[in-house]
Amino acid sequence: MRATIALAGNPNSGKTTLFNELTGARQHVGNYPGITVEKKQGVHLTNGHKLNIVDLPGTYSLTAYSLEEVVARQFLINEKPRAVINIIDASNLERNLYLTLQFMELGIPVCVALNMMDVATKRGIRIDTEKLSDVLQIPIIPTIARTGEGKTLLMDAVVELASETAKVPSLEISYGEDIDRAITEIESEVKAAGLFDGQYPARWIGLKYLENDDHVRDLCRETAPDLARKFDMIADRLSKHIEATFNSYPEAVIADHRYGYIKSILKQNIVTLEFDRTRFHVSDAIDRVVTSRFIGPLIMAAVIYGLYHVTFAYSEIPVGWLESVFGGLHTLVNNILPDGLLKSMIISGVIDGVGGVLGFVPLIMFMFFGISFLEDTGYLARVAFMLDRLFRAFGLHGSSVMPFIVSGGIAGGCAVPGVMAARTLRSPKERLATLLTAPFMNCGAKLPVFALLVAAFFADYASTVMFLLTVVAWTGALLVARLLRSSVIKGESTPFVMELPPYRLPTLKGLLIHTWERTWQYIRKAGTVILGISILLWAAMTFPNLPASKILFFEKQRSAILAAATTSARAELEANTGNLSGDGRTLKSKLGLIDEAQAEAALRNSVAGRIGTGLEGISRWAGFDWRTNIALVGGFAAKEVIVSTLGTAYSMGDIDPEKSGALSERLGSAPGWNLWTAVSMMVFIIFYAPCFVTVVCISREAGSWKWGAFSMIFNSTLAFTLAVAVYQIGTRLTGTGG
Amino acid sequence: MLTVNLRRMKKNQTGTITAVNARGELGRRIRDMGLVPGTQVTIKGRAPLYDPVALRLMGFTLTLRNDEANYIDVEVKE
Repeated sequence: MRATIALAGNPNSGKTTLFNELTGARQHVGNYPGITVEKKQGVHLTNGHKLNIVDLPGTYSLTAYSLEEVVARQFLINEKPRAVINIIDASNLERNLYLTLQFMELGIPVCVALNMMDVATKRGIRIDTEKLSDVLQIPIIPTIARTGEGKTLLMDAVVELASETAKVPSLEISYGEDIDRAITEIESEVKAAGLFDGQYPARWIGLKYLENDDHVRDLCRETAPDLARKFDMIADRLSKHIEATFNSYPEAVIADHRYGYIKSILKQNIVTLEFDRTRFHVSDAIDRVVTSRFIGPLIMAAVIYGLYHVTFAYSEIPVGWLESVFGGLHTLVNNILPDGLLKSMIISGVIDGVGGVLGFVPLIMFMFFGISFLEDTGYLARVAFMLDRLFRAFGLHGSSVMPFIVSGGIAGGCAVPGVMAARTLRSPKERLATLLTAPFMNCGAKLPVFALLVAAFFADYASTVMFLLTVVAWTGALLVARLLRSSVIKGESTPFVMELPPYRLPTLKGLLIHTWERTWQYIRKAGTVILGISILLWAAMTFPNLPASKILFFEKQRSAILAAATTSARAELEANTGNLSGDGRTLKSKLGLIDEAQAEAALRNSVAGRIGTGLEGISRWAGFDWRTNIALVGGFAAKEVIVSTLGTAYSMGDIDPEKSGALSERLGSAPGWNLWTAVSMMVFIIFYAPCFVTVVCISREAGSWKWGAFSMIFNSTLAFTLAVAVYQIGTRLTGTGG
Repeated sequence: MLTVNLRRMKKNQTGTITAVNARGELGRRIRDMGLVPGTQVTIKGRAPLYDPVALRLMGFTLTLRNDEANYIDVEVKE
């Protein structure tokens, strides 16, 4: 038999662990069409049956409010899986059954995996599974997903359930006389009209209509406007009646009854507590320390710093390996291919571009390993709990802290894994605001530029200025988040009804799978979009070529120098031995100067250079000349590029961002540069468009290129405004430059 | 027996929910998590900045912002 089976359950019920246990490495991750919710699928083989298992997003209910719930519901209705494996945390039966009942009301065959039986037993919770199964009329199999215990029995039950051809009757709970009558009224109308061809159970339509479910209401209004008007009348009448008699509304009464139904079932001696429920759990003991008023924040700071440190310190080694691999490729191509466009494109566009992107891979792996660990242990939820008050003031969520820190909240992070870390946020508006503001943090690639400018203009206060830059980044990010949340992403904050799951030791398998998924998604992106953009940027900085007359001009200068040099010096240079006499060295440096002058002219002549020169009229306001402009345009490829582009623009050849002393001296004395130019440029760099890898990630995470474009345009406008303000006010106050 | 607002409850105080006055999305989320009349809740503690609050109900721990706790009435002893 081949069949599709859905796996569903509450968050923190062990769903992902069970999914990994069932499908092993035979899984793949995609997205549901058009949205960012992940769709994980995997194959489970048992007794010659091939089951396609779809991991639905973890939800507490099946309403139409959150994206996750809509996705789960639409999948169940449209794809009609043969059965649902509903995983339930045994120590948390009451709340978990709330979702189970909703599956049953939808008329889908349900098989319950009663998970974490070991934990429940330890807590003194005894569950009479046979009796529960009898009462609910569905199979219930005790499991321990971490060890795989009960897996075989579970899948046998699932196969049996999926093989049954008889339709499962949907569960009918009584919601009180008034509501029941209204449901029946709608139900019979739906049946009589043959609405939806039986795709949705008629009673469920009635129930959802009264629950004020936007999705079902819209559906009815579209398909049968006349009937919908009738339903609206029934719902209105009921609402008024319930309002008058109970001072409540149908949706609330329905939820209350659903929980009442669960309570009445569990009261039939199904759950027995061997000792008092308020008994001290290990989790509570940990929380007493970890979330306490004074020690809690200290521990949090230590954990966050530790994660940060471990990620960036240890990933340095594999990052180094990757760099040398790409460095080797660079040299190899440089030696094999003849000089020319192809070589330039392969080196600067493909190898350096993709290499720069793949260089992030170890960083992303380490970061996600760490974050998955914190998330799976349950600590991340505590961090959100402790910081929520602070971040809420800016329209964000307690969970926004991770993306901020990773992006460079502690100077030196990277916005790419930072943006990806925002996935742990479940509130869509807060998440978007986090995605858009995290790139303001001072990532590792901005630091060399700051170091360069600080060395040139603030050598005496280097550490103070560096610290201030971090403060500026945080303040800016939080204020912009506030601004966005009261304008473009306006709206009530999403309710912070968040579970603090018990502390658990994560499984290594789960952590590795999770880390690999994230990394692989990133790599796939690097291979396609990013390669394209990287070549585009290369082209912008290369074309159009210098006109022949200009090239000839530089050639003539070269010939003149060569002609003036001694024969022995020329011979030395041609032999290329590396051992140069005084004359040879002079000749080489003279030629080098010409090369650098030509590179500067070529850059200025390119599209990027023309953009830079064209912008000079405006950028003057912020104190930037065409050289700075080109460097900043290049910085869109990767912020590291700013330093090397400045080097080329100042005819200093290729500059290693780590060793920029000479360039720093040059800037310190260059005309047009003063202290306020440097401040203005630093402010601009903090706030302007994120590098394109980040833009790609933002678009992906936000589910639309619109937001990627927004972050480029909005950030650059903001950065420019701030830079102009700083430069104009600064120069006027001190009477310099201007 | 005394009915108080969930927001006013002290640490380690236990009570039974009598009413949930929130509507719309918030009301739905609160109910989905089992905060319905008849459920017993115990205050586990508050975050370092006194908000949100952590509660224990039906064997799990839930956090709510004070503004959200405002909507819930609880009957407590004393």
